[in-house]
Amino acid sequence: MADTAKKIFIKGLWEENPIFRQVLGVCSTLAVTNLLANTLFMCFGVMFTTALSSLTISALRNYIPRRIRMIVQVLIIASYVMMVDIIIKALNPDIHRFIGPYVGLIITNCIIMGRAEAFASQNRPWPSFLDGIASGLGYSLILVAIALIREPLGFGTILGYALPAREIWWHQWTIMVMPPGAFFMLAIATWIGRNLSPATPKRQG
Amino acid sequence: MTAIQDMSLFTSIIVIFISAAFTDNILLARFLGMCSCLGVSKKVDTSMGLGAAVIFVTASTAALNFLVYQYILIPFHLEFLRLITFIIVIAAFVQLIEMIIERFSPALYNALGIFLPLITVNCAILGISLFMLNKPYGFWQTFAFGLGGGFGWFLAITLIGGIREKIREEALPNGLAGPGITLIIIGIMSLAFVGFSGMIKI
Repeated sequence: MADTAKKIFIKGLWEENPIFRQVLGVCSTLAVTNLLANTLFMCFGVMFTTALSSLTISALRNYIPRRIRMIVQVLIIASYVMMVDIIIKALNPDIHRFIGPYVGLIITNCIIMGRAEAFASQNRPWPSFLDGIASGLGYSLILVAIALIREPLGFGTILGYALPAREIWWHQWTIMVMPPGAFFMLAIATWIGRNLSPATPKRQG
Repeated sequence: MTAIQDMSLFTSIIVIFISAAFTDNILLARFLGMCSCLGVSKKVDTSMGLGAAVIFVTASTAALNFLVYQYILIPFHLEFLRLITFIIVIAAFVQLIEMIIERFSPALYNALGIFLPLITVNCAILGISLFMLNKPYGFWQTFAFGLGGGFGWFLAITLIGGIREKIREEALPNGLAGPGITLIIIGIMSLAFVGFSGMIKI
């Protein structure tokens, strides 16, 4: 049991990382990573939804008719996203105003549908729950890394706190917080990630 | 600069269409619909097919969702159900269209059919419906917003498909082929579209 859990986590976090390996769910990656605070709330939302919707879908997997399984999955996911939406609104209305539409878009985040289709519909509830957490963590890993680069370069702050002595050396690099910066950072993250973990584990030579 | 509420209906529709398609391009400035864009944009033909389907579905579902939100959800104070309602409307609409096209125009079904299931999970569609909530639009303006958003997406994915066809045979650094280089291309295109920003403010 402990062995499979470890395997699931390694897969979700690195070997089958949703962002740079499977390239799923990149819309929100690009949109919310200009501030670390937004990113953390978004990661919480995605992890919560993936874990609980995987658990639910897996628990119901023998009762859902195959023909309508997509719509049932979407409805399960949508109800969890509604909870996340309300939780974030209650915790931090300011952040909700900015990331609100993107929280709603967790419904169509392909990571969650992907995990539901690929893992939860064939496995038992507990491993599916772990798999959801692992995928959410893999997603968060890349998002936090990108936000940690974009926010200091674009605003000169981390989590809203100014960098030390930033008047002396820091110059605002606006492009980093604008859309192009997001695309370039994600491209670089994909590049690095794919070089560190090659698709075919057996390397030549 | 006049606010959108002071313009005549016709002017405002044109302004909203242009701004949704160019200054606020749904793919390049709002980052929506990236997943299917990265997956499908390998060729111009398929890009255009999916793009056309997206234009049609965004415009129709934006208008439908507007009506549902204004006349069903608001009067009954059910705004918190908006996410689940919108996704049901979109899924049902796509399913319906698929059946209608299959019945009446097999040729069109062969061209667009394979893209229709992809569209339910395209975040651009749901995104347009969610963004319209923050805007003070009427029915026709919402329709123009959906049409413009879809058109912007069509434009972007067709351009990306064209560039990807050209670079398919090039030698690329290890690990950059596929999504990596596509993201860089999109980044450069988005630099160009950032140049439009500030042209129209809505």
